[in-house]
Amino acid sequence: MANVADTAPASGETRSATGWSRLRGLGAATEIDFRLFGMLVALALILLAFNILTDGRFFRPANMVTLIVQAIPVAILATGMVLVIVSRNIDLSVGSLTGIIAMTYAMLMTDWLPNMLGMGADFPMRWLIALAIGIGLGAAVGAIQGFIIAYIGVPSFVVTLGALLSIRGAIWYFSNGAAVTGLDPTFQLIGGGARGSIGEMATWAIGVAGCVAVVAALWNSRRQRQRFGFPVRPMWAEITLGVLGCAAMLGLAAFANGNYLPPGLAAEYAREHGITEPPGGLKVPAGFPLPILLLIGVAVVMAWIATRRRFGRYVYAYGGNPDAAELAGINTRLTILKTFVIMGILAALSAAVVSARLNGATLDIGNSYELYVIAAAVVGGTSFAGGIGTIPGAVLGAFVMQALAYGLSFMGVNSPGQNVVAGIVLILAVAFDTWNRRRATK
Amino acid sequence: MTAESQRNATPLVDMRDIRVSFGGVHAVDGVSVDLYEGEIVGLVGGNGAGKTTLMKTLSGARPADSGEIYVNGRRAEIENPRDAKAYGIETIYQNLALAENLDAPANVFLGRELTLAIGSLDDSAMENATRDVMGRLNPNFQNFKVPVMSLSGGQRQGVAIARAVQFNAKILIMDEPTAALGPAETAQVRDLVRQLRAEGLGIFLISHDIHDVYDLSDRISVMYHGKIVDTVRKEDVDADAVLGMIILGKRLGEVTSEELAALH
Repeated sequence: MANVADTAPASGETRSATGWSRLRGLGAATEIDFRLFGMLVALALILLAFNILTDGRFFRPANMVTLIVQAIPVAILATGMVLVIVSRNIDLSVGSLTGIIAMTYAMLMTDWLPNMLGMGADFPMRWLIALAIGIGLGAAVGAIQGFIIAYIGVPSFVVTLGALLSIRGAIWYFSNGAAVTGLDPTFQLIGGGARGSIGEMATWAIGVAGCVAVVAALWNSRRQRQRFGFPVRPMWAEITLGVLGCAAMLGLAAFANGNYLPPGLAAEYAREHGITEPPGGLKVPAGFPLPILLLIGVAVVMAWIATRRRFGRYVYAYGGNPDAAELAGINTRLTILKTFVIMGILAALSAAVVSARLNGATLDIGNSYELYVIAAAVVGGTSFAGGIGTIPGAVLGAFVMQALAYGLSFMGVNSPGQNVVAGIVLILAVAFDTWNRRRATK
Repeated sequence: MTAESQRNATPLVDMRDIRVSFGGVHAVDGVSVDLYEGEIVGLVGGNGAGKTTLMKTLSGARPADSGEIYVNGRRAEIENPRDAKAYGIETIYQNLALAENLDAPANVFLGRELTLAIGSLDDSAMENATRDVMGRLNPNFQNFKVPVMSLSGGQRQGVAIARAVQFNAKILIMDEPTAALGPAETAQVRDLVRQLRAEGLGIFLISHDIHDVYDLSDRISVMYHGKIVDTVRKEDVDADAVLGMIILGKRLGEVTSEELAALH
């Protein structure tokens, strides 16, 4: 491995093992993404700081679950925005698209399905039909935008800016300017809340399944590399990663189970299960809210698409060098079109979470989402130069931004004040990233 | 390969009366060149002489307006880079044409990825194949998991060449392969090119660097304003004479010693 020394940054590396270089050695052995790790630390510090500032009231399961659920609509969209920005485009229409699909869900379940198609409240799987139509609408709008961008060659900034305006306007005509409420009860579960949580046992089961999945993934990747006799991570590094991964999964489950059902629902639960409530009420763990599971599912699938599929490889190749991708015989136009179709599908999922939480839709759902989504992707390490960005980074970016907003509002800072902080953090994050990359390539 | 056996063999590539024009400008104006197995043909000429445009008709990047291309004696229809690859024609571009953000195996297999049964990328198999081919070309190379942007120019050129060799190219087009490289790396790439010739590939070498061409080529075709001035065997000329042909656009015998002297 003599050549590794050639590419390593020379400055400071020759000194004896300092704490920093030892950490680097640990990072090299475990192949941990340092940027991602740094963001996790930053997120932990932000949460810790708010916890201290609020005398320990902030860091309670109920607050954390609320914070996570609030971040989910933006986090879902950010996973797709990574692919769009990596392939040197931008999508400004995601907020409006989320808004119109949310309104579509509301109109479908309150008006169109029962009144036009005769599907009353008792019709089976009504929520799924609405969801399928929403996803179809998102994919179709994404395909149209993608076609105009990739095949006609109109810059994505222009196409999606136009869509931002006209789709936002179109929402008004769906409901004649009114807010619409009263969604299917099953559909509402997508939004989480006390009823939309999966309960104690299922939460533990998912925690254990996640732990098993981490170990299986590590084992599989090691076996793949051994198949050809490539160098593998030292065993202690594998075990460290496995233990950390399992601890994270089970810790998350424990945390979600530390959040209890509100008294009303707990009393209902007690009646259903024939338990007499102890004085002070029954403590029933709520477990993971459904939208968290949706986000985990979306993030896993998107990361798999980005790193393990040809399509994902082509997105990154195009972002790194469009000419090289073209000369390699890649269908670059179709690749770009697909990134916008994915964005549309994600907008439909995001809209489901938002409208389910609201139990309806207002005219301004998704307003300014495009800005939060782009900020999340960029804070998460996505570069506007193209070719660089990760799905887990963008999800973490969404959580960092939401943690700031939620923490500030917890301390009584109003929303203009939160925006001031969010903007400054965005610029600082990218400035730090730029400085760090320049240092690394020197 | 001797001149005698060349006359008897079918050329690997035979390009006849190729024409390309941009608007009213005849960038390539009725050019014919050929290439045999295990041979390097240097294409030289000043800026705008039409070398790169001629080679683009062979690589499929810019199909010819008219003319015929024969590969192994059979008429070849080359409309795009995919067609060219199907004939075993691979191109190594001046600007390397690598995705700098991806690692070496991803670049070598770009557009032709190996996949597992479920359609997922088989990165281990691609790394393995890349280790094999790079081991042949540059045994010291070990950086298989880093983005190619962190490699040296010579190493990157090695990746670009590995990309062509991996897919059993029979015909290689190299457009200024050493233009972006330092002296040591240039020597490294020259060794690589000689090795590929020894393995029986036919190579078209475009270069501004007359020493590059004179050092490597078996034959040299000189282009001037979209036409071939002359094709000469290296044994018959020295580098100065080739330089004279390039600048003056005259056949080998027509360049006088006074004209040659005036160039210095």
